[in-house]
Amino acid sequence: MKRKGTFLSRLFMALVFVFLYAPIALLIIFSFNAGSSNTVWKGFSLDWYGKLFHNRLIMQSVYTTLLVSLLATVIATVAGTFAAIGFYAMRRRVRQPLMTVNNIPMMNADIVTGVSLCLFFVAVFNGWHGFAVWFNQAQRLFILEENLHLGFGTLLIAHIGFNIPYVILSVGPKLRQMDKNLVDAAQDLGCTWMQAFRKVILPEIMPGIVSGALTAFTMSIDDFVISYFTAGSSASTLAMTIYGMTKKRVSPQINAISTLLFLTVLILLAIVNLREARQERLSARRAG
Amino acid sequence: MSKELIRLRDLCMAFDDEPVLNNINLYINDKEFLTLLGPSGCGKTTTLRIIGGFATPTSGDVLFDGVRINDVPPHKRQINTVFQKYALFPHLNVYENIAFGLRMQRRPDPKDPKRMVKIPNEEIHQRVMEMLEVINLKGFENRKPDALSGGQQQRVAIARALVNRPKVLLLDEPLGALDLKLRKDMQIELKRIQQQVGITFIYVTHDQEEALTMSDTIVVMDKGNIQQIGTPEDIYNEPKNAFVADFIGESNIIDGIMVRDRLVQMYGKQFPCLDGGFGENEPVDVVIRPEDIDIVPVEQGQLAGTVTNVTFKGMQYDIIVDFRGFKWLIQTTDHSPVGARIGIKIDPDGIHIMKKSAYSGMFGDYSSFSEEYDELDDASLVPDEEESGDET
Ligand SMILES: Nc1ncnc2c1ncn2[C@@H]1O[C@H](COP(=O)(O)OP(=O)(O)OP(=O)(O)O)[C@@H](O)[C@H]1O
Ligand SMILES: [Mg+2]
Repeated sequence: MKRKGTFLSRLFMALVFVFLYAPIALLIIFSFNAGSSNTVWKGFSLDWYGKLFHNRLIMQSVYTTLLVSLLATVIATVAGTFAAIGFYAMRRRVRQPLMTVNNIPMMNADIVTGVSLCLFFVAVFNGWHGFAVWFNQAQRLFILEENLHLGFGTLLIAHIGFNIPYVILSVGPKLRQMDKNLVDAAQDLGCTWMQAFRKVILPEIMPGIVSGALTAFTMSIDDFVISYFTAGSSASTLAMTIYGMTKKRVSPQINAISTLLFLTVLILLAIVNLREARQERLSARRAG
Repeated sequence: MSKELIRLRDLCMAFDDEPVLNNINLYINDKEFLTLLGPSGCGKTTTLRIIGGFATPTSGDVLFDGVRINDVPPHKRQINTVFQKYALFPHLNVYENIAFGLRMQRRPDPKDPKRMVKIPNEEIHQRVMEMLEVINLKGFENRKPDALSGGQQQRVAIARALVNRPKVLLLDEPLGALDLKLRKDMQIELKRIQQQVGITFIYVTHDQEEALTMSDTIVVMDKGNIQQIGTPEDIYNEPKNAFVADFIGESNIIDGIMVRDRLVQMYGKQFPCLDGGFGENEPVDVVIRPEDIDIVPVEQGQLAGTVTNVTFKGMQYDIIVDFRGFKWLIQTTDHSPVGARIGIKIDPDGIHIMKKSAYSGMFGDYSSFSEEYDELDDASLVPDEEESGDET
């Protein structure tokens, strides 16, 4: 009875993993296929990877992805850290609802975030158009661009926006763990608030900031839906390019680039998780 | 003592309209060891934080050397603080923790007084090492704070503040986390350090014994009000009200009536005392310290009562004696068994008379010592009478 139960549950587990990972495994395997078929194995080769690096479109989108992810990560990390400090300084009654507001975008369906951002940008651009036309007619000194479009700028703003909550979420706990008197002590010993921040708060919350930045970077690299709605036609991230390629003939290059993307995100996630585990061990030892 | 250094004038503080300090008036002399003493939540830390500049009073002034410093930020005050839980910087080792304040300091260049320069590294090193010597922690320079014991962290926190040679050191229950033995040692150590460096200490504690041993002046606080300011002897011998009498040491506080100067009536009997200046037949609180009571045979005593509880305390016995429902604590070296009838005698200088206050009737009864709690309403004026036995 019992053995049968464990057998069934093991089978179930196995099936879950097969469904989860078999497609990815298949993708990775066929990225090394010599032929261009996705079903028939013709022998091992790195051709598709080689082709990848000569594909202008893909290289361009890799560049866009890295640039937008890095910029968004840096800006979101700085903004998120200061936001977290602001939250921390607030009274509980004010902080609690704000934290909920902060958490909603992370739960929100990407498609909703993406579409609403897109509508928002378009609305702002319309408003801007009216203003710029009026402004350019009124004077001749500065000529403003009248027609703004979705592109790298809006993509970046969107990425910064959806990254900030992750940074706040990982910096906040570090602040709350910190001894409240540390900042007072630093000021007592001659620091202005800004010096106290640099010399005392920053080293204390650094692990949280790094985790937040890594999470933000992973989210940016990983994102497709929000980028799709905010990048317009002039900028394309890697995920968007892959999606575009699937619409035409499915080239095994997709396998190769997807494999690389998968590995990048996998490694980043592993780093984030390992760091968290290590910090938990550290703080457990400190408390114990 | 010497000249006045800090003055708090009509200081009030409220958090969310909840008053925490009411009209605090206080001055602190240079090189004085002043202690703020009071129960938890009475506003000691808040007072200290206002002096240190970490909190702004709702109203009232803080004066330093006669200058109003309400709006001077903490880093510009010649005051350093030892925080309630030390607040050592976890990412810095002992040496860097102590050197922190010195590294922040800028002072006029000796060659060109208009330029502000850092303290040179050699001087920092020398002063940090000096401090390590004072606190007896040579060889611990490279330890991180979490690799130190509570007492060691404590001493580093003191060194970190003292190395800046402040005019005033604020200490917020610095010995609160230490065990009794270490506390005693550190009390002596702190007093020695204070005398050695010759600066003003403002010390916060809720431990009355600590306050009595270490202070030049004690400020007793309760519920945001100063109850009494005085030397340890004043506070102990001449408490102003029932709260102070009860908080400092052990006291029996009995309702009495001042018959005339130097004569008080309790339990319908008259006792000579040394106090005067009260109205004729004015109701008063009478304080009698447990060690000022002599046990005598019943017929020789001014009052007679029944022993209800005896506790051996090493140096003496703490015995609880029931005087018609009102229980007294008496400290004596003679053993009296539970249930014994005893008489007591109190010398005139063992009796201290206080005006009635809001605290009258709240303290000074030791009924909770015995297992049987007697409800009592008026124990003052009925003549001495046999009390039914209350064996435990
Ligand atoms: N930041 C704050 N916001 C709201 N109330 C506060 C704040 N700080 C202190 N209080 C309140 O002020 C009162 C006095 O606090 P304070 O810390 O001065 O007490 P304390 O005498 O130092 O007590 P303890 O011996 O427990 O340290 C308390 O009732 C406390 O709840
Ligand atoms: Mg306190």
